[in-house]
Amino acid sequence: MAVPTIVRERTPQIIVLAVILVLNAIISPGFFSIEIQNERLYGSLIDVLNRGAPVTLLAIGMTLVIATKGIDLSVGAVMAIVGAVAASLITSGYSLPATLAGALFVGLACGLWNGALVALLDIQPIIATLILMVAGRGIAQLITEGVILTFNDKPELIFVGSGSFLSLPMPVIIWIVVAILAILVVRRSALGLLIEAIGVNRRASTLSGVNSRVILLAVYAVSGLCAATAGVIAAADIKGADANNAGLWLEMDAILAVVIGGTSLLGGRFSLVGSLMGAMIIQSLNTGILLAGFPPEFNLIIKAAIILIILIVQSPASQAAMANVRANRQAVAIKSESREHAAR
Amino acid sequence: MKNSKYLPLLATFVVFVLAYVICISVFPNMLSTRVAGNLLTDNAFLGITAVGMTFVILSGGIDLSVGSVIAFTGVFLSVILRDTSIHPLAAFVLVLALTTAFGAAMGGIIFFLDMPPFIVTLAGMFLARGISYLLTTESVPITHPFYSTLQDLYIRMPGGGRLTLIAMIMVAVFAFGIILAQRTRFGTYVYALGGNLTSAQLMGVPVAKTTIGIYALSGFLAGLSGIVFSLYTSAGYSLAAVGVELDAIAAVVIGGTLLTGGYGFVAGTFLGICIQGLIQTYIVFDGTLSSWWTKIVIGLLLFGFIALQRGLMWMSERSSRNMRHASASGAQPTSA
Repeated sequence: MAVPTIVRERTPQIIVLAVILVLNAIISPGFFSIEIQNERLYGSLIDVLNRGAPVTLLAIGMTLVIATKGIDLSVGAVMAIVGAVAASLITSGYSLPATLAGALFVGLACGLWNGALVALLDIQPIIATLILMVAGRGIAQLITEGVILTFNDKPELIFVGSGSFLSLPMPVIIWIVVAILAILVVRRSALGLLIEAIGVNRRASTLSGVNSRVILLAVYAVSGLCAATAGVIAAADIKGADANNAGLWLEMDAILAVVIGGTSLLGGRFSLVGSLMGAMIIQSLNTGILLAGFPPEFNLIIKAAIILIILIVQSPASQAAMANVRANRQAVAIKSESREHAAR
Repeated sequence: MKNSKYLPLLATFVVFVLAYVICISVFPNMLSTRVAGNLLTDNAFLGITAVGMTFVILSGGIDLSVGSVIAFTGVFLSVILRDTSIHPLAAFVLVLALTTAFGAAMGGIIFFLDMPPFIVTLAGMFLARGISYLLTTESVPITHPFYSTLQDLYIRMPGGGRLTLIAMIMVAVFAFGIILAQRTRFGTYVYALGGNLTSAQLMGVPVAKTTIGIYALSGFLAGLSGIVFSLYTSAGYSLAAVGVELDAIAAVVIGGTLLTGGYGFVAGTFLGICIQGLIQTYIVFDGTLSSWWTKIVIGLLLFGFIALQRGLMWMSERSSRNMRHASASGAQPTSA
């Protein structure tokens, strides 16, 4: 039977997602029903796609960063900074294109800052991005001057967060477009391979001619841009910029989504599709816990359990054990075969 | 380049003195034992957990779970003191045993599954926070009389400052940490792990025991820090101490400990805590500056110290390369 590679590779994620969705449907009948109101699709599934937009966008950038054996802790803080920038630009009378350009530019600058620390100064990624994670919310509050900047009277920016296009909510359209772009760029060119090469061994790939500095800079810049997009969506969704809470702990969710998606934290291989599914798994879990009437606090324990299971499956130790078991089985098979031969 | 080992510590000390001089020149009142006492009391819980973090970072790891463990400790204590008639001292022992076991379990997972400490302790962070949510989501006050007894303990310093019990605990933990790092076999093992894991293993360092020990120590100190935090706030709240792990890591880095492990001093972390406390005190004294400046200044300091460390490493790499060239004809290089 011909199963597409992508399905075969991502079987565990597909199964987990399906199980969670079915559980959700059992908890709340009508989970799968989708209806059209005012030329827009409504339903719990659409809601999962919509609410998951920020984490999905962050996970796209994070996947590429993690593939280079890095990590970007600053994305949540960058979301807060960008939300603050977007809100202050639009409230001081700039047009929507100017606002969006300004917001994306700030996100790009944040990403380049991280990238410069990692690629040029050779600082460990956790530490390099920690600086912006600590300082970022302070900077965001500096921009909003400590208040929640609201823009209730700016429908054009609010549209980015809650409008709809082609009967799908805008955030869904945005993350799908970004995801397709990212997948095309890294997988239809050699870029994905080069990123993985850096993740396996940065020195070796530099010595063999990969311009690892530029690629690392670009990868962190992309992560910054993704965080900026997520930040604009998050701000537009609540019609305001909340420097304290926008994107709070979302970097952890994004990392979790990437890990659930099968990208190794040790770098060297990545799957963008996997990360997208990871983000959807997290969001379906969140929605399911809400629908079941559990307190949202259960989320954290379930997430911890998921990380633990994935760690055990992914760990080099258990993989070596599995390989051992397999090798033993083969050895036993060969031995019994040769014994049969001898008996004959 | 033997002195380069102490250079980050020296830089931290200079920054601390400079910061204090600036503070005093703007607000002469800051030169008093009252301010110093308050600074120690306000940062006691952070300091205690930062000692544990120093050991973790010296070994080349990281522990993201400490903030959640502090919150868990507070919630556990407040709930157990509210619902049972157990004495607080027994509750302290119980909760310390729990958090130490929690840390040891994370250390075990890190070693036996060979996974990055970052993700393992991230799971620990979610788990500890989740469990404290399950215990209660409200802020539970602690009204046990023993608590007020402990809170009223202090030594009056010359000048009217108060060295409270929790400040004394912090200072004691730092003294303990310095001795543990510099004067015991365990301390040497920690430095060896952070310097180079493979060589440590080859030299016969018990890596499993040490790794588990390091995270158990961090768990224990996070639990102690949680007890101190509950004494400081007289309550347990599951949303408390969010982001304390970042402050602790920042204090360790500002204190001159190398984040790749192997180099650094517990005493430096103490200076890091004092610098963070000074920034907060300055902002309080000023009154017009907003609290978010704390974060920005700490971010800038972090960057400064990391850049300094990079510069030093680059310099020592270069000089050792030069020495190798110079000694190619026979003499052994004497310095690493």
